[in-house]
Amino acid sequence: MATDSKRIVLAGVDEHDLTKLADYESIGGYSALTKARAMTPQAVTDEVIASELRGRGGAFFPTGRKWSFVPKPDQNPNPHYLVVNADESEPGSFKDNEIMARVPHRFFEGCLIAAHAVESRHIFVYIRGEYTGPYEVLVSALEELETRPDLRGDVTIVVHRGAGAYICGEETALLESLEGKRGQPRTKPPFPAVQGLYASPTVVNNVETLATVPAIIELGGAEYAKLGVPDSRGTRVVSISGHVERPGNYEIENGLSMRELIYGLGGGIPNGRTLKAVIPGGSSTVILRGDEIDVGYDFTSLLKLNTAMGSAGVIALDDRCCMVQLGIRVSEFYEHESCGKCTPCREGTRWMTQILRRLESGEAVQSELDLLLDVCDRINGKCLCPLGETAAIAVASYVDKFRAEFQAHIDEAGCPFGDSSPLHDVPAPVSLHASSPAAAEFV
Amino acid sequence: MTTYYDEVQELKQRYPDRRSAVLPALRLAQAKHGHLSTDALRECAEAIGTTPAYCEAVASFYDMFHLAPVGRHLVEVCTNISCALVGARQVLEAFEQELDVTAGETTEDGAVTLRPIECLGGCGWATIVAVDHGYRTHVQPDDVPGIVQELRDGD
Repeated sequence: MATDSKRIVLAGVDEHDLTKLADYESIGGYSALTKARAMTPQAVTDEVIASELRGRGGAFFPTGRKWSFVPKPDQNPNPHYLVVNADESEPGSFKDNEIMARVPHRFFEGCLIAAHAVESRHIFVYIRGEYTGPYEVLVSALEELETRPDLRGDVTIVVHRGAGAYICGEETALLESLEGKRGQPRTKPPFPAVQGLYASPTVVNNVETLATVPAIIELGGAEYAKLGVPDSRGTRVVSISGHVERPGNYEIENGLSMRELIYGLGGGIPNGRTLKAVIPGGSSTVILRGDEIDVGYDFTSLLKLNTAMGSAGVIALDDRCCMVQLGIRVSEFYEHESCGKCTPCREGTRWMTQILRRLESGEAVQSELDLLLDVCDRINGKCLCPLGETAAIAVASYVDKFRAEFQAHIDEAGCPFGDSSPLHDVPAPVSLHASSPAAAEFV
Repeated sequence: MTTYYDEVQELKQRYPDRRSAVLPALRLAQAKHGHLSTDALRECAEAIGTTPAYCEAVASFYDMFHLAPVGRHLVEVCTNISCALVGARQVLEAFEQELDVTAGETTEDGAVTLRPIECLGGCGWATIVAVDHGYRTHVQPDDVPGIVQELRDGD
């Protein structure tokens, strides 16, 4: 049975300062690495396959299988790379932030075990540029690790900082960015396992995925797989935010009900308001109505509702929120973050924003609601990466679940919520590439 | 005293391909010049061994690089969903009022640039404001005068 207090990734954080190597070792840290290095790379991969661990970045791909796709060194003599996706940028997700800040050594231990499994001696951690706090924690943990050749072995670890681009969380865009280019996704295949970083075999794993690996080696894959529910084994660090009493990161056993997440762990909706909707897995996922939360927080249960755990960013919205306004904010985000490579995404997200703005201001006519869904449909499945598609799916789900509210914007020639909704008139981001007249005087 | 050129050579050693050092080299150049001016891009290109145009093309892709001048301090208010839900717009408006600028602008004395920014990954500690890249959590409009004063005192 799923529980709310099973700690694997964040185990020991309240009792110890696990940013320190000595403290981490005092609770058995790095013993899984020693154990793994005594095993063959194949045996380590087999344990992870047995654990049924799936990627915690959002795509949910079986981790052990991903590792097994990497050619053996005798099949491909190029260096093998392990690249960590620490570019957490999905609105609603802040779990990797806390994992890196609180259990950097568990994370590095997982990296070193993974490197052993895929026979790599080069690890690159691509951390988003804005994460200055976690970056500093990683750098000092790495400095400690450098003094311990018995742990680091002959593996080099480079922490590489991004510079502000959501798209670099997409693995091929991340690899482009790490190669010093604009972060635009590549066509797949070839997949990174075959031709990734510098056209060499590369495994790209998420921070939480790797921070889970030491426990799998320690417990054994089969034992780890006893946690959670079928298709979603083990635990998940869930980020809860928005209209809840106690927002924050909570590590849960997969399968816990979403009601428990919001009303139990999250403490319910503040100020006596009621729950209107929940974004279950970051802004890229299909929204749930407030009455759809009696569902397990796991892959299969959410799939039945056509949605996903994604990167485990749960956002609660109370009854004051306007769904058209939500659509504008989400659409503007993806419009801003579209890399511009594929036309349906670059142009489509802009169209979505424009139509939604017309709906909000009351200028839209009936046919524009259909036009909005048509634009969404023309993005889906027509781009190299999922960025535009997730924007389209998310916004189309707001129309699907709250159609009457969208219709009311047309019928009443304006927004029924207006300024009473906290999402009213929220400014979109600004890039600082164009000259500001005031600043120019101070060159 | 290590020069910019030497620092970039050291960065290049970390990667199998020198071009991977472009992002960290641009970051250093921006820190040195305040923004990525023509001179900054030229210096970066020379140190990496590429063209200024290549460096500019890369820099213009990323939000943390500034091809135009910015204030000595940068105040970035997250206005994505979770922050917006708990009042990010009011926080941004308080900064606009306190600094007498519109979001996206720099104060007349060149001290502070204010901008709304996309999700900073601190949704559970909303509203997040990055002040010179350091996160301030649970920021309320009432906290804004104090933050601005702190920046002015530090100048």
